[in-house]
Amino acid sequence: MLAERKPGFWNKFYVVEIARGLAITMKNMLFAKRATIEFPEERRDYSPKFRGQHYIKTVNGVENCTACMLCPTVCPAECIHIVAGEREDKEKYPVKFEIDSLRCCFCGMCEEACPKDAIKLSNIYEMSQQSRTVYEKDFLLEQRGNK
Amino acid sequence: MSEQEILFMFLKIGIVLIGLLSVTPIMLFVERRGSAMLQNRVGPNRFGPLGLFQSVLDVLKFIFKEDRAPGHVNKFYFSLAPIVTVIPALMTFAVIPFAGNDFIIANLDVGILYCFSIASLGVYGIIMAGWASNNKYSLLGSLRSSAQMISYELTLGLSIVGMIMVFQSLKLTDIVAGQGETLFSIGGLSVPKYGIFIQPVGFILFLVSSFAETNRLPFDLPEGESELIAGYHLEYGSMRFALFMLSEFVNMTVASALLATLFFGGWHYLPGFESLAAHFAEGANTDTTYMISSFFHGLSFVIKIAGFMWFFVWVRWTLPRFRFDQLMNFGWRVLFPIALLNVFVTGLLIYFGVL
Repeated sequence: MLAERKPGFWNKFYVVEIARGLAITMKNMLFAKRATIEFPEERRDYSPKFRGQHYIKTVNGVENCTACMLCPTVCPAECIHIVAGEREDKEKYPVKFEIDSLRCCFCGMCEEACPKDAIKLSNIYEMSQQSRTVYEKDFLLEQRGNK
Repeated sequence: MSEQEILFMFLKIGIVLIGLLSVTPIMLFVERRGSAMLQNRVGPNRFGPLGLFQSVLDVLKFIFKEDRAPGHVNKFYFSLAPIVTVIPALMTFAVIPFAGNDFIIANLDVGILYCFSIASLGVYGIIMAGWASNNKYSLLGSLRSSAQMISYELTLGLSIVGMIMVFQSLKLTDIVAGQGETLFSIGGLSVPKYGIFIQPVGFILFLVSSFAETNRLPFDLPEGESELIAGYHLEYGSMRFALFMLSEFVNMTVASALLATLFFGGWHYLPGFESLAAHFAEGANTDTTYMISSFFHGLSFVIKIAGFMWFFVWVRWTLPRFRFDQLMNFGWRVLFPIALLNVFVTGLLIYFGVL
């Protein structure tokens, strides 16, 4: 839609308006804060609620997970794959715990469903990979970004 | 012509040519970092101190890229066009005195007219590039460019008629020498007879039309990324594109040099430089004094040019692009009558002895 604008008398001489525009850009250059975050040196601060890389919480070096299968059930992307097993003391534990990082949509439902507070999503967001990575159990147990 | 004079001539040509060619990498850097700073960003700052060597990388990239011509172009004109664009751009500087009136490559009697005639040859390269590319966008860009440059050349030429009338000469050396006189003085402060003080309207007209002549924003319709992709240099790559870029920056430099020469006293000292030159030349013989004063004249001129170059960058990242009909309206219905009126009023003022 072509809006009908009535420029004032002085606006018709572009000179004044252009000078004002130039003043605005110069003011920005001299006084405004730079919006750039220089990534490797500086990091953006995300909220603690941020859902990044997964990890499995451990207590005294033993994973909290009891392989109850609630997280693969609730997972909308069906990216969690657990094989359950039994320890010497008859306790159930995950023999295999794999998360397909390409399928995961980082919805955080596994974190909500987990009754033992075992699977968690950390604040880490630098997750670029050179291959189609499936996170193994050993990798998840490393407590990256534990909070 | 004695041997010494020939040597001096080669020295002057060397200074001008090296200066003009080295403007491009410097302006690449200034354009990048300047645009970033004007937009609250940081810009490329990784390679070298302050990212200064980024332009070296750019040049290396240009050199090592494959020099490719698409199958549908007219090969002869396609490869001729960048050369035709860049040579007039480099030739224009010949009549501009850059450090005292001896430092001029060719002191022609038609001085300023030579500048305009050579500068207007640059449009041939652009038309050639657009036509030889055999591409609708390129052709549109070059047609726009020719229309725009021809329209704004009128204003460009008329805007300095006032200056020529005041100084009674077409030689740039005479115009610069004339600007050394004092216009009036208030107390101890003397205002020199710079073009900006005696022809303020002419200055604004010349500034606007030189923006249009160099195809810089807000008049960069020949390129117009959003509507014509890249206009006339759409099909170009590697060093051929770099030549177009070079000619744009050299045109900018020449426009800035003309602005400085015609309206800001050319090589005349900036405030404070006279005492600085006198301080360095203390107790030296005539030759050394001459060299030192020439150096400071040249430095003043370069600083003036640099100011205008920065103004080009500053305006580019402030103003949006014109629409084509607005551009033509502005050129023919606003600038052209004002330029004619300026010539008329200047003539009246000279007739009544004010100027």
